[in-house]
Amino acid sequence: MSTVQPRRHVRAAQIRRERLIEFALRACAFSAVAGLVLIVVFVFKEAWPVLFDPETQKEASLQRFFATPLWQPVGDIPKYGLMPLLTGTFKVVAIAMLFAVPLAVLAAVFSAEFAPARVREVLKPAIEMLAGIPSVVMGFFALMVLASWLQGVTHSEMRLNALTAGIALGLGVIPTIFTVAEDALRAVPRSFREASLGLGATPWQTAWHVSLPAASAGVAAGVLLGLARAVGETMIVLMASGNAAITSADPLDSVRTLSASIAAELAEVVVGSPHYSTLFFLGALLFTITFLINVAAGAFVEQLRKRLAGA
Amino acid sequence: MKHDIRKLVPLAATLCTLALVSFAARPALAGKAITVKGSDTMVILGQRWAEKFMNLNAGQVIMVTGGGSGTGIAALINGTTDICQSSRAMKQDEKLKLRDRFQTLGVEVPVAKDGLSVYVHASNGVKQLTIDQVKDIYLGTITNWKQVGGKDATIILYGRENSSGTYGFFKEHVLGGRDFSARVQTLPGTAAVVNAVSKDPNGIGYGGAAYAKGVVDMAIRKDAKSAAVLPTAATVHDGSYPLSRELYFYLRKKPEGDTKKFVDWVLSPDGQKLASEVGYFPLQ
Repeated sequence: MSTVQPRRHVRAAQIRRERLIEFALRACAFSAVAGLVLIVVFVFKEAWPVLFDPETQKEASLQRFFATPLWQPVGDIPKYGLMPLLTGTFKVVAIAMLFAVPLAVLAAVFSAEFAPARVREVLKPAIEMLAGIPSVVMGFFALMVLASWLQGVTHSEMRLNALTAGIALGLGVIPTIFTVAEDALRAVPRSFREASLGLGATPWQTAWHVSLPAASAGVAAGVLLGLARAVGETMIVLMASGNAAITSADPLDSVRTLSASIAAELAEVVVGSPHYSTLFFLGALLFTITFLINVAAGAFVEQLRKRLAGA
Repeated sequence: MKHDIRKLVPLAATLCTLALVSFAARPALAGKAITVKGSDTMVILGQRWAEKFMNLNAGQVIMVTGGGSGTGIAALINGTTDICQSSRAMKQDEKLKLRDRFQTLGVEVPVAKDGLSVYVHASNGVKQLTIDQVKDIYLGTITNWKQVGGKDATIILYGRENSSGTYGFFKEHVLGGRDFSARVQTLPGTAAVVNAVSKDPNGIGYGGAAYAKGVVDMAIRKDAKSAAVLPTAATVHDGSYPLSRELYFYLRKKPEGDTKKFVDWVLSPDGQKLASEVGYFPLQ
């Protein structure tokens, strides 16, 4: 290669400029990390008294969280029972995932394996557009329309209940699962499918027994990211679940979730009170749960990459 | 790149100019804006007062927001509002917190009266309840409408979030400080509760009387022997309706200047008349 040697001072200036640019980019990248760290420190700091401050622990401590089945934080004797909130969150999220996972994964299989290019061009953006609907609009829809319709079908006593909120929440997480799963399926090398078809398998057998297993880690990652979003989603459940803190397994009972409790109550509490610390403790709990789920999803993506690269 | 930035300069200049012009075009502020925050029950009332007062006093700006009495009191303690609207009296520990920050116990100004109505769906046959029945319904010991003379159907409970002064008032004056049943569905705002009850044939809700549109008010009996009383201007005013309460302004210190003018006007016959137009009841 014949290179023209630039004059020395020009090169030095260029290097300095490059360094500056690199520094700016690095600063941008780490400002997001700094934001994350600051939020984590803040949330955990405000939750601290629940674990270590004796004055706060007279009202709210880990033991007290499970000593009472009632969540009634305002009153002469405040009660901070977490059981109804934990079961409520679990119930809504489970319903949302039961509803969303089969729909999203099968839609992804169709889009990646069967849909003609023109159908896919419409289908994929349309499903992903679901993610663009503000969750408050989704919640409003669930509150006004979905709840009445579901009550007509299930004849539930409570119009707003875990099922209503779960289905609305499911609609909210479908795009997350679909997008990741579809990308994973499309990343399966052509040679896999060609080999399978060449051996005489039908397109459906190929999709179900070859493509889907090959992309399973990616699909799992999509499901986990959807799960993390469902656990943390606030507005949909706040509007559609009825927010009654009931501990029960019945999907037709109203539920109160961790995230909705924070949203409904944080605006009112006096800064530094046990109620305030408890809400931050709930926030820290939610953060830990979604963080662990995200880490697991990351591990699955890594596994998928290795598997497909090794093929 | 440089090119693009140069193109942006005139745009930025235009925006700045526009911002300056629009700022200058605003009426010269007679004083600082007064912020009013708190009770969701009182939000409409506060807004009407503010609108009328701003019409009468050009240049004065009053900003009214809701969030719940607890939110307003927290804002008063945190120093982020001038006036707190509250539908319940301030609690002792809140007063102490205010004293810690501002060396004052706050100033309480009753500004209107409100009847707390208990309401049900229009198709519900039950027309009257004693306070004890309301209490048992919300404690969860009465669970079926037939126990209070209605149809055979489970009672569906609706209520306010625990940041609400109405929640606090109800808990203290109806439930005697005991805990609500866990089955109470809480909704953000009185209007949301009214809306939910208007859609639920077996529902029951409570809230400020001004909001009870599309649902039927329950006549309340103080005890089994007394007469059933509906919340009306006359019964709330003379105190024969058992669930009436005062609505308050809270301030950190004695009102001065524009704030004093506003508070005085609210208490004047004009301000009180406006309160009854909105559906509340005058103090006198």
